[in-house]
Amino acid sequence: MSEILKTIQLNKYFRETEEFHVIKSINMTINAGEFVTITGKSGCGKSTLLYLLSTMDNDYEGEVHINNTKVTGLSQNELAAFRNENIGFIFQFHFLLPEFTALQNVMMPALKLAKHSRAEIEERAYAKLKQMQMEDYALKLSGKLSGGQQQRIAVARALINEPKVIMADEPTGNLDSVNTGIVFDIFKELASKGNTIIAVTHDNDFAERSDRIIEMKDGEIVQ
Amino acid sequence: MALPVNLEIAKTHLLSRKKQSIVAMLGVTFGIAMFILMISFMKGVNKFLQDTMLASTADIKIYNDVKTDFSSSVTADYFQDSSQLVVVRHQKPKNVNLNIKSADQIIADLKDNPKVLAVSPMLSSQVFFNYGPVQLNGIIKGVNILEEIRIFDLKDKIVSGRLENLLTSDNGIVMGVGLAKKLHVSMGDMVTLASPTGNSMRLRVVGTFQMGMAMVDDVNSYVNIATVQQILGKDNSYITTINVKLKDLNFASAEAISCEKKYGYKAESWEVTNASVQTSNVVRDVLTIVVSATMLIVAGFGIYNIMNMLITNKMKDIAILKAQGFAQKDIIQIFLTQSIIIGLLGAIAGLLLGFLLSYGLSRVPFPSQGMVSLKTFPVIFEIKYYVFGVLFGVITTLVAGLMPSIKASKIDPVAILRG
Repeated sequence: MSEILKTIQLNKYFRETEEFHVIKSINMTINAGEFVTITGKSGCGKSTLLYLLSTMDNDYEGEVHINNTKVTGLSQNELAAFRNENIGFIFQFHFLLPEFTALQNVMMPALKLAKHSRAEIEERAYAKLKQMQMEDYALKLSGKLSGGQQQRIAVARALINEPKVIMADEPTGNLDSVNTGIVFDIFKELASKGNTIIAVTHDNDFAERSDRIIEMKDGEIVQ
Repeated sequence: MALPVNLEIAKTHLLSRKKQSIVAMLGVTFGIAMFILMISFMKGVNKFLQDTMLASTADIKIYNDVKTDFSSSVTADYFQDSSQLVVVRHQKPKNVNLNIKSADQIIADLKDNPKVLAVSPMLSSQVFFNYGPVQLNGIIKGVNILEEIRIFDLKDKIVSGRLENLLTSDNGIVMGVGLAKKLHVSMGDMVTLASPTGNSMRLRVVGTFQMGMAMVDDVNSYVNIATVQQILGKDNSYITTINVKLKDLNFASAEAISCEKKYGYKAESWEVTNASVQTSNVVRDVLTIVVSATMLIVAGFGIYNIMNMLITNKMKDIAILKAQGFAQKDIIQIFLTQSIIIGLLGAIAGLLLGFLLSYGLSRVPFPSQGMVSLKTFPVIFEIKYYVFGVLFGVITTLVAGLMPSIKASKIDPVAILRG
């Protein structure tokens, strides 16, 4: 299998009050199509690591390579374009734009990418919503939907540009067990179709059912 | 719905909080409306004053100035011994005639000048009107009325009688309405007037005029040149002033200088004669610009505040957009578009409101104090002020929106998404 994501000697310090070495020389490789979960106790640096991989946090030492591109050192605008095309995000608190309909939320990253026509994007967005069984809610304002529904729309949005890597920060942290089950099944299905998923979680059941668990402790990978 | 995604987001943001958008817009609207109203009114006042002023001021006035040059003195004739030092205190001028010599030639020469439209000789004098035991001050202007009406727009100012009546009666007088009212005379009545040298005369009122300025209407009268020459006891070539009207009054200053050189008499352009009016025009212009700019800046601060508030509320959304791959310039575009739309719509509404207010003001009767004759407030409508208003409004909102937008683009998504 080809490698999709690689870090070389990744180090990060928090320098706010006193210097704190939060990520310690991490070298890791993730292959295409893997469903990886990152686990560990609160404060072990797992979320911090995810945001470094996400290209949104650039304050680190070492290198990050995603999809054979060295993202370390790219400008903010280049990184934004890179994220748009290659990375899909799912957050703990769903984070949809509340004034827009579910469909608009899903379409937005694709409209930004502007690779396809609007009609085509709309069609794809409907397909993604259907995949999440949310097509009935497409024209509802996303602010009016329940947490589980919003999270499924957020997943659809993460998938709209067919990104190489999907990153999720506690995707089920705010969901009941029924919705957790649905989201997990979706992830599993995506992984089986060749999507790479990196999810941070402290839900052990969720983690154990993934392909590979990266456990972290005090800024280092334990296993 | 075929808007680019950034504009679509901007539109949704604006529409999802209509009240706030409208309040921000109204700030601009009132700013621009007041700007339009003020500038239209102030410029209207300027134009009114200038027109009134030009109605009673010639483009160029050539006259013989009183000389206060005492370099030559009769003392030299008496004290011929150069060893003596003679000091003369409180010199008095010679008794000189203040007339323009060879006035006929000057007038003929001026009429040949291609830049000159009309030339009118004048002889004016201070007089006292006898009104019972009271004497009223006045000025009579001896003119050739046919030449005079080519220079000044007198025909429209006639209240009763006709200017041409001066030609048919050798002792006619056309009076300012204020003066006629003071003297309690009307058409056909006789008035007695006395010159400073003591001569007196009886004249018949053949008309009244109203220039619109009390300082003219309460003092001035028109008579034939011969009448003034007679009351002053001068010969029939005695002229003190030549008024000139140019084809283009903007050349007045330059032409005045060349006349002064050519004829050797003082030549004054209308700008110099009415320097105080010109100065007050400038003062009004500055006032208008300062007040309007202040109002627009206040509106700008309103937009700045609302945009700042919006961005604080939308931190999370901005972080999501950034996570999805929207670049800094996209975020700037989204928020700047919103303030430009607010500015543009507000400015257009402001133009409309400004026009309506100006129109309304131009219909309001002017509270006449007797100083000036104005039926309604003077307001002018000029397209350039409206264009300037829109430009100013859009630029203000652009500047006001730019800082919050740049701030929004600098938001660190990680800090917000991690909570």
